[in-house]
Parts: sequence; C-alpha cells; structure tokens
Amino acid sequence: METVSLEANFDAKLTRNEMIEPKDWMPDNYRKHLIRQISQHAHSEIVGMLPEGNWITRAPSLRAKIVLLAKVQDEGGHGLYLYTAAETLQISREELLDQLHTGKAKYSSIFNYPTLTWADIGAVGWLVDGAAIMNQVMLQRTSYGPYARAMVRICKEESFHQRQGYEIMCRLAFGSQEQKEMAQDALNRWWWPSLMMFGPPDANSPNSANAIKWKIKRESNDQLRQRFVNQTVPQAEFLGLSVPDKELKWNDAKGGYDFGTPDWNEFENVIHGNGPCNKERLAARVEAHDKGRWVREAAAVFAAKKKGMDKAA
Amino acid sequence: MSTSPAFLPFLLRIADTNLILSQRLSEWTGHGPFLEEDLALTNIALDILGTSRSIYEYAAKIENKGRSEDDLAFLRNERQFLNPLICELPKGDYAFTIFRQCIVDAFQFHFYNALTISTDETLAGIAAKAVKETTYHLRHTSSWMERFGCGTEESHHRLQNAMNEIWRYTDDLFDMPEGYADLVKTKVAPEMMSVKENVQKELLPIIERSTISIPDPSFMQTGSVKGIHTEHLGYLLAEMQYMQRMYPGSRW
Repeated sequence: METVSLEANFDAKLTRNEMIEPKDWMPDNYRKHLIRQISQHAHSEIVGMLPEGNWITRAPSLRAKIVLLAKVQDEGGHGLYLYTAAETLQISREELLDQLHTGKAKYSSIFNYPTLTWADIGAVGWLVDGAAIMNQVMLQRTSYGPYARAMVRICKEESFHQRQGYEIMCRLAFGSQEQKEMAQDALNRWWWPSLMMFGPPDANSPNSANAIKWKIKRESNDQLRQRFVNQTVPQAEFLGLSVPDKELKWNDAKGGYDFGTPDWNEFENVIHGNGPCNKERLAARVEAHDKGRWVREAAAVFAAKKKGMDKAA
Repeated sequence: MSTSPAFLPFLLRIADTNLILSQRLSEWTGHGPFLEEDLALTNIALDILGTSRSIYEYAAKIENKGRSEDDLAFLRNERQFLNPLICELPKGDYAFTIFRQCIVDAFQFHFYNALTISTDETLAGIAAKAVKETTYHLRHTSSWMERFGCGTEESHHRLQNAMNEIWRYTDDLFDMPEGYADLVKTKVAPEMMSVKENVQKELLPIIERSTISIPDPSFMQTGSVKGIHTEHLGYLLAEMQYMQRMYPGSRW
C-alpha cells in the first residue's frame, strides 16, 4: 500500500475511535510523539519514587511505613508497564534511560520539588497524584493501544494513592496544632506546582495540537486544570486548610472556580534544570544506574554461561 | 499463650529482626540496580515489615501494659532492641545486601517452618504465612548468590567480600533470650539446634554453588539477645524513630 492510503487508513481508524496497535502502520511523527510522551511518563514514575522514597525510613507509624513503601513500589511498577509500552514503538529501555540520564528526555517537573516534612507525603498523594489522575483518566482512552491499557491499570492504583494521601492530610488537619500547621505549610508549597503539572496554558502549548488531532490527548491543559481546581478546593475546605490563592473565587456563571495564574516563570525555570532538586534527582538516577552496572553484567554473563552449559549437556 | 518471662523478649526478637532488616532493605527502594530488582527487593521489605507489624501487635497484647505496636517499634532504645546484629549492618553494595538477605532468608525459612507447629496458635498462624513468603525470598536471593558467584570476576569478588564481612555475624542469629528453654519445653518455640542444622544444610550448598569460601578461622560476634549491638543500630533508630520522638503522643 502506498503511504497515502496507509495514512488514510490510519486517519480512518482514529475517526472510528479504534486503537492503533504496535504492528499497525503509523505516521513517523505519531510514533515520535508517543515515544516522547510515554517515556516522559515512565521517567516521571521512577524519578517520582525519589521524593516519596525520601520518607520511607522516617515514616511515623508501622502502618504509614507499609502504605508508603507499597506506594513507592507501585510507582516503580507503573514505570515498568510504561517502559514496556514504549518498547513496542521500537526503542529499547537502555536508549530511553540513556535519554533520561543525559538530560535529553524530560520527566514531570513536580518531582524537582523537595519533600521537607511528613505532610509533604500527604500533599504529594492528594495533590500530585490527584493532578496526575486528571491526565491519566483521559489517557485510558488514548489512541495507542498498549499505552491505553497500561493506563487502565495505573489509574486504579493512582486513585488509591490519592485517597491514601488525603488520609494523611486528614490525620494532620484534625490532629495537634503542630500537625495542622505542617499540613497548611505543605499545601502552600505544593498547590502552585500541582497546577503547573497540567502544562502551559493552551495558547502556549507547542505539542498539544497534534496530540489532540491524533487522539493521544483528548482534553486541553486548561480544561484539565480547571477540573482539578473545582475538585480540590472543596477537599481543602473540608480539611479546614486555605488554598494559597487570593484570586480564588467561585464563579456561578461558569459553574467553576476562577483562580490566579501560576508563576510560569518558575515553571520554565524548573523545566530548564533550575528547580530546587533537579540536580539531586538526576544524580540519584544516574548513580543507581552506574552502581547497578556490575549487577546487570553479572546477570548477563551468568545467563550466557548457563545457556552454554545447557547446550553442552 | 505462654506465661514464661522469655515469651515477650522472644516475640520482640522476631519482630525486631524483621523491622530492622526491612528498614535496611527499603533504603534501596528507588535506587536498585535495575527496575525489576528494585521492585523485587522492595517486595521482600514489605513482606517482612508486615510480619513485624503482626508480631508487635501480638507482643503489645501479651505485654498488656497499654503499649501499642508503634510504641514498641518507635519508642524503645538501642539497648532494648533484640534483633540479631546481622540485620542492622549498613546496606553495603548489592552483593552485601543479597548475601545478608540470603542468610536471613535461610534462617527464617527454617525457623518459621518449625514455628508453624507452635502450640501458640497466633504464632503458628503468623509463621504459616511468613514461611510461604520466605520461600520466595530465599529462591530470589539464592539465585542471585549463584549469579554473583559465577557471573563476572567483579561480582565474584564482591560476593566473597560480603561473605568475609558478614560471616562472623551468623551465629548470633541462633541465640535466644534467657529462659528460652521453657518455651521449647512447652512447644511454643522450636529447638534452635535443629533449626541451625537445617539452616546449615540449606546454606552450604548455596555457598558451594556460588563458588565462594567461608573465611577461616571465623570468630563469631554475638550479644544481640542482651541488647548489645553494633554502633550502627543507634543511627538507624535515630532516623527511624525521629517523628515519634519529635512529636510525642501525636497520631499519624
């Protein structure tokens, strides 16, 4: 078939809302866009293990420790599904990791902020996972089959994580004065970075147009951000905590909140490597990879020897 | 349920073993040599943390002084912890972590196996669950022992180093608190000599397959049943107990 009819066939599939599968023909740019997006998502999961992992050894109760350890492990599992989904687009995990380690590939900027207190573990679950879910629910219907299916599993676990995060916030908000202050402080620090997670405003989002055309993305950054604010503000009110936005106001006409503008300058800065923890996060990933090299080599050499012995036998 | 004064220290020894080792294992979470192994090691950490919690819960009930599972884990000091020394040693490189884990897995597998027939039903129940989990842990770590021992020159060297560092802490695993004989007599707890024999039968072939050698002569460090630990434990507890110490009486 000629490229024209292949492309027509691809477009027709999208129009019929059918999934694109690994063996199907796809435009080169579609493949590239997916590799970029899925790997960025995978990298976010494994880099995201670091700020939360920061509190595993200090979690304040046995139950909290188990919940957090299981959660961070889930994030690693998500990374694994996503790398596997990306590999169906004919790129190896080694290449993908190399892109992360050399700074060529990005991950979600939110993980460049530090988790300073135990309340941050609550805030990350509640706000960061909450924001992630907004994006991810939409991605369950994304046009690329392996990605959509990975997202179905991931969404189930993420909504669980969000509830666990909110539970931590509840305990703090209804606890001692010190705990309540800790919770408010975490909300103050995580609110704006969470709103930035949806990406720049639609007018200013370079990759969005194609993503929507190809049905990789089905809602715009601003739509998702608005939905997140509408959902989260009442949850903050229930906790008796105040959202750090003076412009926040219910707007009857639109049936949603009006809210202030995130500091897009800060956003750009963090994306370009100047967030509080960019260097530490990347260094931790590179260090783990480098220190693990001899382990991976030993496994490969042993497997080859074993294969040789099996053949000889 | 035993009324022996050795019963509570015995329970705490099992719970502390799992908590302290889990604390060390979880230091790898997010930093493992590759993703699948990161998940696998975290899984072991989670399993044993779960076991420690069940035992602390039971110990709190046995003690009956109004202390909770968290009080036992977070408000005892370095002279009151009863975990074997091997658990508290810093995580080292991946060969060290795997070697230590394999030793403890082999110990726990045979210890729990014997404990499943305890006359104490709660303990027998916890042991039955733990023995299933430990079967997988041991399979995992013993296969890595062989990979390291027979993999590359570097991995062999690292595994042998781990052996040289860790072996002297292995006898300490089998010590039990004063009065333990009462627990054996009433069949609450297993006789440790036979546990030790089984552990040796398990471990020696693994060590042999890994082509590393046991250091000779091998002097043994002990003392954990009396709460005499290495200097490492104090730092571990300082980190683990920080929140409970900083905010006394708070609920999380």
